[in-house]
Amino acid sequence: MDGSTPDALNGKKSVRNFNINFGPQHPSAHGVLRMVLELDGEIVERADPHVGLLHRGTEKLMESRTYLQNLPYLDRLDYVAPMNQEHAYCLAIEKLTKVEIPRRASLIRVLYSEIGRILNHLLNVGSQGMDVGAMTPNVWAFEARESLMIFYERACGARLHANYFRPGGVHQDLPQDLIDDIGTFMKTFPDTLDDMASLLTENRIFRQRNVDIGVVTKEMAQQYGMTGVMLRSSGIAWDLRRAQPYECYDEFEFQVPVGKNGDCFDRYLMRMAEMRESVKIILQAIEKLNECKGEDVLARGKLTPPKRGDMKTSMEALIHHFKLYTEGFHVPAGEVYASIEAPKGEFGVYLVSDGTNKPYKVKMRAPGYAHLAAMDHMGTGHQLADIAALIGSMDVVFGEIDR
Amino acid sequence: MMNEALTELGGLIEAKQPDAVRRFEVANDELTVWVTPRSIPAFVEFLHNDSGCGFTQMIDLTCVDYPDRPKRFEVVYHFLSMVHNQRICVKTDLKDGDSVPSITDLHPSANWFEREAFDMYGVKFENHPDLRRLLTDYGFVGHPLRKDFPTSGYVEMHYDEAEKRCVYRPVTLVQEYRQFDFMSPWEGAEYILPGDEKQQEGN
Repeated sequence: MDGSTPDALNGKKSVRNFNINFGPQHPSAHGVLRMVLELDGEIVERADPHVGLLHRGTEKLMESRTYLQNLPYLDRLDYVAPMNQEHAYCLAIEKLTKVEIPRRASLIRVLYSEIGRILNHLLNVGSQGMDVGAMTPNVWAFEARESLMIFYERACGARLHANYFRPGGVHQDLPQDLIDDIGTFMKTFPDTLDDMASLLTENRIFRQRNVDIGVVTKEMAQQYGMTGVMLRSSGIAWDLRRAQPYECYDEFEFQVPVGKNGDCFDRYLMRMAEMRESVKIILQAIEKLNECKGEDVLARGKLTPPKRGDMKTSMEALIHHFKLYTEGFHVPAGEVYASIEAPKGEFGVYLVSDGTNKPYKVKMRAPGYAHLAAMDHMGTGHQLADIAALIGSMDVVFGEIDR
Repeated sequence: MMNEALTELGGLIEAKQPDAVRRFEVANDELTVWVTPRSIPAFVEFLHNDSGCGFTQMIDLTCVDYPDRPKRFEVVYHFLSMVHNQRICVKTDLKDGDSVPSITDLHPSANWFEREAFDMYGVKFENHPDLRRLLTDYGFVGHPLRKDFPTSGYVEMHYDEAEKRCVYRPVTLVQEYRQFDFMSPWEGAEYILPGDEKQQEGN
């Protein structure tokens, strides 16, 4: 019964719902999402996302490695903004061990978290445009991303998998010319945003595809555990950087953009606005960094390696260095939940320690996970083409959803 | 100051829900409440609706496996109250094979989190609308995050040239899985050197 032959009794064509596989190789599935869509004509009746195609068992692997060896796994979760994930993990360890990190390290963390936010939003806005047919903004976004990636590389040696935030601070201090270059880039970066906005914001096709699509209400956002831009688009002003300030975010001046209609277009506007706020934070951070030049960036103690110079003369420092990188440090028994405002929403690490050098249990709470879980609810009743726009504005990355 | 507010909140919750709450504790600036498994839906509803709590968002749900305990699994819920800017951790424990009532009616976000907990630990959630595996492969056997499940797993996939498709086979490791012993010899690790066994017996 494919509907082609008329029904013998009443002469009408019989119609049945149609199931299609969206992905896992569909370009606008943003990675390895397989979604089974039940369609009535072009209207989505049910959306069933099948995730886990990128499941690597990160949480299991982390249970058999030391705390320091686990840090690179965090980069591989949301690989669009790697350092933000490391941040939550470091905060969890620092909370359990009650370590205070030096001010300069704290500022560097803020600086690179905001670079991560821009990296993420650039990719998202670009690909959201691409999903609905705009090619150019994506290319411009990637050009700016390239410059930011180079800042990542100059800080830690890697463009993506940084392993730069360490429990007790950051791996190494930033060279002054790098800080100056970031400052120069951030002065011209808003122009790139203006260029992108000029192609998207007033674009008729972009608006037709995004306005009033995937509307999130306040109740729904809370019911479905949404955080970050998804939550704020519904009109709830909730940003962890403001509400529960971690690191030294409380001394920075920035606005939290809040949406009105909760649709995909609002989320695009908010991401653009958030990037401009991030630029403000970065410029403030650079100013503050210039006030504390040359200070240490690691809380020297059990969590962190000794200074290179000390190792040449002190036997204890040498032993400590050796023990740190073989056995690792021990974290006192206890449990902790540390969360940060990642670009996509609240990224949390629930850490259970049994007092040894390996975590007993680590659970990563990925923001995209809750958003994608709401796909069935949000997608139902929309047209098939809107699903692509919806996935684009949800900002899903499968590294963190599948873990 | 933060801890005082949390202790107060914990006391308030315990006073209003005496049947459900076993005990509460404030550690590392976090409030943890232990409740009985049966009372989970009513307790979560209370947290959601009570004006003093307002925990309207379910942030996270996970399990922790303690094989040595008589009640092996600990189910851990994290809730967030945006009204009072507070977080709470709710815990309950259950034996292998026991089930805990689902909270998907009140918090639809729990849907996938409960599916994941079922997938990874084999904890069953009653009245869950669709308790299928989520992250593991179609047809996967076992619950990978249990402590008695090996990190390397039991099967591996490879492409069979004869059958022209991917097939599973028992996992073969090129070298033994490395488990390092980090006990310090100065802190009471008992190493018996080869040839020393007799000396031990002689004493």
